[in-house]
Amino acid sequence: MSAGVGVDLENLWIRFGDFVAVRDANVNINGGDFFSFLGPSGCGKTTILRAVSGFLDPSEGKVLIGGKDMRGIGPNKRPTALIFQNLALFPLMKVWENITFSLEIKGASTAERRKRADELLDMIALPGQGDKLPSELSGGQRQRVAIARALCAEPDVLLLDEPLSALDLKLRQHMRTELREIQQRVGITFIYITHDQGEALTMSDNIAVMRAGVIDQIADGKTIYNDPNTAFAASFVGENNVFRGKIKQVMGNEALISTNRSGDLVARISTANQGKLNEGDDAMMFIRPEAFAIAADGATGDHFVTARVNHEEFEGNVFNIFTEGDGGKEIKVSLPNLGQSFEDHTGQNITLEYETRNAVLVPAGELAAE
Amino acid sequence: MPGFLKEFFNRNGTSMGLAILGLVLFWTIGLIILPQLSMLDFSFRPNLPPPEIGGPKDVYTLENYKYLIYGPEGGSQSYNSVDLRVFFRTLLAAVCVTIFNLILCYPIAYYLGQSKGSHIRIFAIMLIIPYWINEILRAFALRIIFGETGVLNTLFMGLGIWDTPFDFIRNDIALYAGLGYAYILLMIFPMYNVIESLDGNQIEAARDLGAPWWRIHWRVVIPYAKPGISSGCTMVFMLSAGALAAPQILGGPSSLWFTQLIYQQFNDNNDWPQGAAYAIVLLVTCILFVLAMMRLFKVNMGDIGK
Repeated sequence: MSAGVGVDLENLWIRFGDFVAVRDANVNINGGDFFSFLGPSGCGKTTILRAVSGFLDPSEGKVLIGGKDMRGIGPNKRPTALIFQNLALFPLMKVWENITFSLEIKGASTAERRKRADELLDMIALPGQGDKLPSELSGGQRQRVAIARALCAEPDVLLLDEPLSALDLKLRQHMRTELREIQQRVGITFIYITHDQGEALTMSDNIAVMRAGVIDQIADGKTIYNDPNTAFAASFVGENNVFRGKIKQVMGNEALISTNRSGDLVARISTANQGKLNEGDDAMMFIRPEAFAIAADGATGDHFVTARVNHEEFEGNVFNIFTEGDGGKEIKVSLPNLGQSFEDHTGQNITLEYETRNAVLVPAGELAAE
Repeated sequence: MPGFLKEFFNRNGTSMGLAILGLVLFWTIGLIILPQLSMLDFSFRPNLPPPEIGGPKDVYTLENYKYLIYGPEGGSQSYNSVDLRVFFRTLLAAVCVTIFNLILCYPIAYYLGQSKGSHIRIFAIMLIIPYWINEILRAFALRIIFGETGVLNTLFMGLGIWDTPFDFIRNDIALYAGLGYAYILLMIFPMYNVIESLDGNQIEAARDLGAPWWRIHWRVVIPYAKPGISSGCTMVFMLSAGALAAPQILGGPSSLWFTQLIYQQFNDNNDWPQGAAYAIVLLVTCILFVLAMMRLFKVNMGDIGK
């Protein structure tokens, strides 16, 4: 996509005293993209957002919006609009005044503001609600008013700081779709901050996975999910099973890893690490719960894992089996519920099978906290 | 029993509830309402020597109120222009002190309310500690600063800004400064309380949407702080209109404060009914003025309590 204004972070460092909140971030966000920063709380993603919106000066490096260096330009002069985590609607202003606050600043007439407010209220599907106070709206409605208020300023870049986190689950899922639709309709760049990988995966064109001030990986959702760069990215995005071990043999883009309990297993080296892993290196292999299948008892080989079942649960769409782990927490296996019968395996040994392309190998590293 | 009383007793128990209620009623009725009613009663009676009290001459009269407007009977002027002028000048001066205080204290309250860190506590303590010194001493300290040979005159004459000493006291500057200083805490803390609870994100949101600093204050902070502002203004206005020590000590020889007139009636003239009438007029006018201002600025009575 080329429409819209892009945002670039060049060698961005942000320090608070001795604490490094953002370490050498380099990101190119295409104009018109829905771009997410995904990471646990305290990883520096909100700090990046504040640097883009202008509330925070980078310690080093640059923030460029539309190719223009933003240093020294205040938040009220930047072509960005920020949606706060708590929305920060003005409680004493009516909905229409809230939405058109940016027009009031530009000196627009009341009639003009009313007209624009009505258009935006139609867009967010709240027609005729302009004369209410924000406190008279529901959480989801307030959410949409905050979006309308930000869009009314006609920003080139919309910044969203976990705006859905205060909503309940149903509404959150609904708002995901709605946000994505709004973004495609207005065609401007959205930068979205979240710790919820579901939000990031469903809405974003591209995602940056952050950990403790460092960006581990920037890619589209599928790549992040299927081809993580680091142990952190693999364990933070989606559910994953980890196997620790040493690399025994590298065979092109595949490698054999010798694990503690499961013997030698074969895995695909993740794209970013191809050619960088050597024999004897500590490594981690990740296999998603849904990538396992139950194999015939006693089957052995480099893509079979045998382990004792700790417990099982039925979740409706999937049947989960938890077995003792191998260098991590217990292994979770999710079998799709296709109407087959499930036997109870608790306490028994079970042999699991996987395909090499579903086992990703990365260098050993920090895992995401639960 | 009304619902709120029932709930009150349920929460506190009967004996504790009765004790609290009794104390509150004693405070409001015994210590405030009854003495004021007796003052009101005084104000409608003639000033009689003790033997005649309760006698045939002790009847209700509007004489004391007429005196404020028309002066002594058979006086040289048709209106009591001296006292009336003092009355209105006092009100006007109290309004000026209030506005001056508001302008001075709003930035302080905003700073205290929106900054974070332990230095805020130190600032607040530094604001409070001077009030441990009693009012008389503070007023005399201001005399030392503003006097003819005081700190300010010495400083400015030493710097050559003016040659002859400037009479701060005759020009009422000392008085305004003294009154302003006396009540800054009552202005700062109600505003500080409200502004402290303002979500900083709202200020940032306004800024992000392009608002310059003055508009952020005008559209976001001040409307939000309105209860605190009105509470502070009401207290400062009422207290400066009713102040006695500061005008006595810092006022110029020619400028009387209306409270000084009341004081003279009670003490020097020993005319309690006349003093009571003056005090009632001051009280009622102040209340009406405050109510009118509250209506003008659309402030609810409940907001004053914040």
